[in-house]
Amino acid sequence: MSRQARFYQWGMVIDLDRCTGCGACVVACQAENNVALVEKQRFAEGRDMHWLRIERYWEGEFPHVRARFLPMLCQHCGDAPCEPVCPVYASYHNDEGLNGQVYNRCVGTRYCGNNCPYAVRVFNFLNPDWPQPLPDQLNPDVTVRSRGVMEKCTFCIQRIRRGKETAKSEKRLVRDGEIQPACAQTCPPGAIVFGNLADPDSHVSRLARSPRRFRLFEDLGTDPSVIYLKGGGHEHAG
Amino acid sequence: MSMPADQHYDAATANAAMLSSTRPATWRWYLLALLLGAVVACGLYAFSYQVMTGMVVTGKNRPVMWGFYITNFVFWVGLSHSGTMVSAILRLSQANWRRPILRGAEAMTVFSIMIGGLFPLIHLGRNWTFYYMIPYPSQYGLWPNFRSPLLWDMMAITTYIIGSSLFLYLGLLPDLAVARDRAGGWRRLFLSVLAMGWRGTAQQWQTFGRASTLMACLIIPVAVSVHSIVAWDFAVTLVPGWHSTIFPPYFVIGAITSGVAAVITLMIIIRKAFHLEAFLQPLHFDNLAKLLLVVTMLWSYFYFAEVFTTWYGHQPIEWEVFRFMSDKYRLLLLIMLFGNTVVPISCLLWRRVRRSIPALLVITLLINVAMFIERFLIIVPSLSHKNMPFMWGSYTPSLVESTVMAAAFSGFALLYMLFAKFFPIVAITDVREETEALRGTAVRGRARLTTLVDEE
Repeated sequence: MSRQARFYQWGMVIDLDRCTGCGACVVACQAENNVALVEKQRFAEGRDMHWLRIERYWEGEFPHVRARFLPMLCQHCGDAPCEPVCPVYASYHNDEGLNGQVYNRCVGTRYCGNNCPYAVRVFNFLNPDWPQPLPDQLNPDVTVRSRGVMEKCTFCIQRIRRGKETAKSEKRLVRDGEIQPACAQTCPPGAIVFGNLADPDSHVSRLARSPRRFRLFEDLGTDPSVIYLKGGGHEHAG
Repeated sequence: MSMPADQHYDAATANAAMLSSTRPATWRWYLLALLLGAVVACGLYAFSYQVMTGMVVTGKNRPVMWGFYITNFVFWVGLSHSGTMVSAILRLSQANWRRPILRGAEAMTVFSIMIGGLFPLIHLGRNWTFYYMIPYPSQYGLWPNFRSPLLWDMMAITTYIIGSSLFLYLGLLPDLAVARDRAGGWRRLFLSVLAMGWRGTAQQWQTFGRASTLMACLIIPVAVSVHSIVAWDFAVTLVPGWHSTIFPPYFVIGAITSGVAAVITLMIIIRKAFHLEAFLQPLHFDNLAKLLLVVTMLWSYFYFAEVFTTWYGHQPIEWEVFRFMSDKYRLLLLIMLFGNTVVPISCLLWRRVRRSIPALLVITLLINVAMFIERFLIIVPSLSHKNMPFMWGSYTPSLVESTVMAAAFSGFALLYMLFAKFFPIVAITDVREETEALRGTAVRGRARLTTLVDEE
């Protein structure tokens, strides 16, 4: 499908001026996507499995410090560095701008993880293990990944699928705001907005045209689908 | 040159001396084989433990997803450049001193590329699905991704394994026949099959000469491409410190450096172990050491060029990688520069050093330690400090990874020992060809020809 003929081009806007760094999105993501639990020690070793993390940066010297929060997830790059390096097409691009990951195709070279400048790809160093009764709360729509494969944020592809199927059965396109990934749904200040960038009137498209917009590592030419908003105004004065 | 001039020349005695490695094994040989076998068994155990438990038993993490295994991969592929360099390039440039060492170098190529080729498979998260990377017609209707450098790797290494094995085998043919004629029992049968009916007719020699030259020409581009592709595994990525156009030639030079150094080390060991002092003379070491001097100079130049551009450009992230490397791995960096630049260049300039076997042993071992460190310092610091400062980390190899590495070295030594036990480790044909050429006659089939200097 050519770029013009696309109905959907999924994208996300994250308003950093609204983000409070509460971490609700991280928890929601973990619950929705069956993200493995990791012990404290493994976490310290760098084996954590977060698909979405809140990066916290400190600005200034004590006592005049400010925390800056940057919710970091797969940027679903239009020209993704992780895709061409995968020898088996486990990392691929779909025609709705999503950067897919086929778990049962992945052989675990971890090359994609190396080549991701955002370091958002996580590797299953161990088989996931949920103590009772947590296995009962696993999301039946999402595969539980085994050890040895890569995984990462999918923009809650299961929710996108469901939304598209509902829309198709009603012979219409997906309405704006109908599909929400877990992080966007949970975000208390509404800092995360998800939607269809191919529709110029969607909420996400309107926000994406904000003068406060920027994308991470734009100079690397990865063309991310996640757009951050950040004002350069009053908060720097104090 | 190979036989002292005053010694009475006798083809049969020369053959016997050169075949000394194939004499019945002593208890020391068995003991060493057992020891090496035990280390290989430990490595196999460590690997199966990793397969059963998961990559958590390695030191890898996010962001350092590649570690010791890939370092080993690059290192062993580098070592495999020895044979091609010594045999093919020196054959084409008609360097006669290559003759006694070429078999040893070619065998080293084959074994080290085999071991190197195992590491990308050992390093997979799901080793049992490695065949997904092979282009085979499957029910998925899915081919591997030819855009991925890992697939180029697989193609290049498979080609190199096949090519270098053929190269080794082709050179072995007449020698196998010599060994066959002197062997009895099952060895005779084994060697007869391998010698493929070599009789030494004039026509066979002619075909053999042509084929050898042709193979030498064909194997050089393969060798260059293999290490360029290994370099592209790094150079085509977006990782700061890896994304560098100089990498392919730099890696090729690095490979030749470690390859030539390893050939010298191996020659010293073989000379001692099989009493080949008459064939491996100071002149051979002198010439190889000159070659080593040149390639270490080239390596140093490439390294300087690479660091100099990084420093001059001073892009924050590129410089951060270098700063982190020279801070956290300062000792390793110093050992690398010492072993790859300072020591070889300052010592090998002197003829006395080049002809001193103990000195060469120390220098060549040091070079290969330094080359291993070089690969490690290319792979790990770049991954530790990638673009995202929040996700910076570091890496320490685990016991499992070190055990597998020890097993690789032992496995290589074991393969080499076995090879030397069953096959002529000195290229009889090539050595005699030259000896006879210098004596003024060359044997071509049944004809004895008068020569001045006779090359293929």
